[in-house]
Amino acid sequence: MKFSEKWLREWVNPNMDTAALVEKLTNAGLEVDAVEPVAGEFSGVLVGQVKSVEPHPDADKLRLTKVDVGDAELLEIVCGASNVREGLKVPVAVVGAVLPGDFKIKKAKLRGVPSFGMLCSSKELGLAESANGLMELAEDAPVGQDFRAYLGLDDVAIDIDLTPNRSDCLGVAGVAREVGVLTSTDVCQVQCDEIKATTDKTVPVNVSASAACPRYLGRVIENINPQVETPVWMQEKLRRSGLRSLGPVVDVTNYVMLELGQPMHAFDRDKLNRGISVRLSQGSEKLTLLDGQEIEIQPDTLLIADDNGPLALAGIMGGEHSGVTETTKHLFLEAAFFSPEAIAGKARAYGLHTDSSHRFERGVDPELAQQAMQRATALLLDIVGGEPGPVTEVVSENDLPQTVSIHLRENRIRRVLGISLEASEVTEQLSRLGLTLSRVDDGWQVTVPSFRFDLAIEVDLIEELGRLYGYDRLPETRPQGTVLTSNITERLTQLERLQHLLVDRGYYEAVTYSFVEPKLQSLLAEDEVAPIKLANPISADLSVMRTSLWPGLVQALVYNANRQHERVRLFEVGRVFKGDLDNIEQERRIGGLIYGDRYSEQWSEKARDADFFDAKADVEALLAISGGEIRFQAETHAALHPGQTARIYKNGEAIGWLGALHPKLQKPLDVNGRVYLFELSLSAVLLAQIPEFTALSKYPAIRRDLALVVAESVTAGQIEDCLSTIDSDILKAFQLFDVYTGDGVELGSKSLAVAFHLQHGERTLKDDEVDALIKTVTDKLEQSVGATIRS
Amino acid sequence: MAELSSQLQALEEITATARQAVAEAQDNRALDNVRVEYLGKKGKITAYLKQLGNVSVEDRPLIGKSVNLAKQEVTGLVEQRGRALAEAAMEAALKAETVDVTLPGRNSEVGSLHPVTRTLQRIERYFRNIGFNVAEGPEIEDSHHNFTALNIPETHPARAMHDTFYFDADKLLRTHTSPVQIRVMEESQPPLRLIAPGRVYRCDSDLTHTPMFHQVEGLMVDENISFTDLKGVLSDFLQAFFEKPLKVRFRPSYFPFTEPSAEADIECVICGGEGCRVCSHTGWIEILGCGMVHPNVFEHVNIDSEKYLGFAFGLGVERMAMLRYGVNDLRLFFDNDLRFLSHFK
Repeated sequence: MKFSEKWLREWVNPNMDTAALVEKLTNAGLEVDAVEPVAGEFSGVLVGQVKSVEPHPDADKLRLTKVDVGDAELLEIVCGASNVREGLKVPVAVVGAVLPGDFKIKKAKLRGVPSFGMLCSSKELGLAESANGLMELAEDAPVGQDFRAYLGLDDVAIDIDLTPNRSDCLGVAGVAREVGVLTSTDVCQVQCDEIKATTDKTVPVNVSASAACPRYLGRVIENINPQVETPVWMQEKLRRSGLRSLGPVVDVTNYVMLELGQPMHAFDRDKLNRGISVRLSQGSEKLTLLDGQEIEIQPDTLLIADDNGPLALAGIMGGEHSGVTETTKHLFLEAAFFSPEAIAGKARAYGLHTDSSHRFERGVDPELAQQAMQRATALLLDIVGGEPGPVTEVVSENDLPQTVSIHLRENRIRRVLGISLEASEVTEQLSRLGLTLSRVDDGWQVTVPSFRFDLAIEVDLIEELGRLYGYDRLPETRPQGTVLTSNITERLTQLERLQHLLVDRGYYEAVTYSFVEPKLQSLLAEDEVAPIKLANPISADLSVMRTSLWPGLVQALVYNANRQHERVRLFEVGRVFKGDLDNIEQERRIGGLIYGDRYSEQWSEKARDADFFDAKADVEALLAISGGEIRFQAETHAALHPGQTARIYKNGEAIGWLGALHPKLQKPLDVNGRVYLFELSLSAVLLAQIPEFTALSKYPAIRRDLALVVAESVTAGQIEDCLSTIDSDILKAFQLFDVYTGDGVELGSKSLAVAFHLQHGERTLKDDEVDALIKTVTDKLEQSVGATIRS
Repeated sequence: MAELSSQLQALEEITATARQAVAEAQDNRALDNVRVEYLGKKGKITAYLKQLGNVSVEDRPLIGKSVNLAKQEVTGLVEQRGRALAEAAMEAALKAETVDVTLPGRNSEVGSLHPVTRTLQRIERYFRNIGFNVAEGPEIEDSHHNFTALNIPETHPARAMHDTFYFDADKLLRTHTSPVQIRVMEESQPPLRLIAPGRVYRCDSDLTHTPMFHQVEGLMVDENISFTDLKGVLSDFLQAFFEKPLKVRFRPSYFPFTEPSAEADIECVICGGEGCRVCSHTGWIEILGCGMVHPNVFEHVNIDSEKYLGFAFGLGVERMAMLRYGVNDLRLFFDNDLRFLSHFK
């Protein structure tokens, strides 16, 4: 809601400056978004009248004028505007004037002819974004008066960002009422005396959709003069509220809407075929709107129609055919109460948002229509003349919002706000809002006026009390209450721990969008599963939900690689989305990638590209935090190198992937070099083991190393699996410490060196039991993987 | 006497050559050779002693004493020389092993948390410390949890204001973290204290909006929670977050799911309230929305609104991070430019 401060002060004039007024409004929940001057900064501009116009001897487009600015002598001014004419009243910048942009007006020669000032357009005065020729002033504009004073331009436009509940302030009168309460200042009452009919002409009104339109008022005004100019004062007020002048009739309806908050509509009565019908849409109907677009009317749309069909989308926008034009002679004026439920969402369904729909969907005072009708009639008679008919009113009392009576308890005020208010303060504050209170046992019974339709329940009144008391005056307290236990458990690793681990290992954390480009995603997907699609994506490249963290990470890699980063380590934590809309899985994952050198460029080691085992080391470190039985198994993934892909299992369950990006994808993804990717189910990684103590042995440990020769196809994992089946008290650990092929090892075979750590819990080991164990080991390995011992 | 003095003279000569030999020994082996040459079983001083048989009895004590002195002296010199050689050797070795300590260590690069995570962790830590738990909820929500249960019915203008991403008529990307309130309250009865951090989505993209951003929702429900408690908790939090005393202002506002509703402003952390571009010259920065849980919301989750009261709040994480770290462009958060990310080490 944007309005001129001067206009507001015509209604209520508290003794405070603009800044103080604005602060009051903001602190009361009517947040002021902007305060802007209504005109550019200028001085030395007077109201003038063009007395004569003659051609310039040397320039076709220039005219020589003589202009009266109230001095004894006329000013000679050269002017290039096409609408300059004798008798025209215009703003005149005289010599010495300063126009916006610090443009000083001096005596000048234009094509050899001296000129003593400038005739101005509204643009040149900072009154409009653009202008077509000189600004034309009213015929009664007083020649010689300072132009700023004439239009009252020392004014600001205040723009309030109203919350949806406060549509009672979508009119200057409503804002004034609020300012009156906030500053304890008297507010002018709306002057809306009934205008007597001077003709008995009416248009019959039939309301069949009475729930959607509980009240409809119509009135005929005959024999208007639609060619009259809207008075400057009204144009200015409209302009300061951000509305253009669209002819006197529309201007008046807009003016009443801005003043009182009641949207109105004017029809050309001669375009109406018999009576007005207020009804819901039926079958397939069409309507060409005022803005020229033709729409197909959807079901359940409230319409103003006549016998020929729809005339207007009720409360949203009128139709082109029945609208008022420069040739309209007779008007049919509408002021109605449409229920918010009937209008809400409808404008949007047609891609529309109008001042009228904005108000009706939030709510308009159901008692306002009569006042607005009288006010608009009075203004129209003043401006366009005419003979008003009687007001036709169709009301369905049962469908009108009922008067609300609310039980307000003193104790509840204290419990919600945290402080007790004096009974007298409660009565005083609420009365000032226009509410009526009667005392009951534990508080009051409060009746709400029709214009505060946002107040429906007790806590709404408590909010009003808090607001008027001032949120800032309320003290700050610390809650008293039950002590609750934390939900942090040792069984669940904190996510922070994983994030810090990767950061400490050189990774940067990325946050990428949860929606991605479908093509990129399908390149990196494990299998061909259709992603979940947004119905209204912001763009095609953000149109499907990600099924993996990799598309976003790879995109971030490419972004950085294109900016000369030759080594990148990134990770992300977030949800991925799978399944269909009836059964959506939204699993949290942690994923990452490494690219480029193993170390950031340094002096001491030979440079080497990172490889699978660098990435694996990071994944193993992540997994080690929470423990469990982990396996890496060679499997295939459509986006990964078939020879460098591991599926990761924890306690037997598949929890993620690790591998090199498939080389065939490097080009389509615009990646130059090897990328190693991993992704793990977060819940699986966070699930921790509780440490369990076993007694430490006091007896010496023995290490035995074995060199095993196996076929090249035998994996370390197979050997590990085989050794894990050995049931022994003394075999504490084993580890692979060398892999060798070449001299001394037969082609197609490899030699693996494994260290065995042996120890007994209660005594020193004996040679024969060590030998026996090693025999078991070699036998097992021979049986299961065909290993021989290399000597 | 001549006999005696020449005897002593000979001893002195042996001692003198020994002194020189010790001084000239350049390493442990040479020194050991010297020791053997003079002090060993067949050494020169031992040999000298052996040929003393012909010395008169009265001279013996004197000569014996002189020999002992010479032995002691040479032994001492050998030990001393040995120490000096060891020290020199150590010194040479240390010198050879000297490195340029100003060269960088091996593989010392540490990455960084995303500023959103960093900020979320600080917020979570604060609220955990005052007894709040952290809750999570789905990002693809249904309209019941995102709107209806939060007292935003189908036709409410607030729905239009949310710029919602839809999948179908019902499923959508949550536009705020508030649905987590509903999910928690559906499952558990008060007392409740929780925060719900996470991603939220709005169909909007320009200089100051990204289609995805982060919020933290907070909820506290108990038998005696009031608006003044809300003020206290949030004011304390904001001071703690910015780690300085800060003016906090509460203004009436409107959210369908709270009543009374408020917006909290802080004194501009950039200009200290003087007025600058960041605060649009008002001296204040809007930082969060909050209010007392609306009775209709309690009704949707079967919590007795007569018995229980609660407050809720929601804050934008990127905004908090921007103010805290002086970031001037929201879009930087989602470019994942390493130059940007490495600011937050």
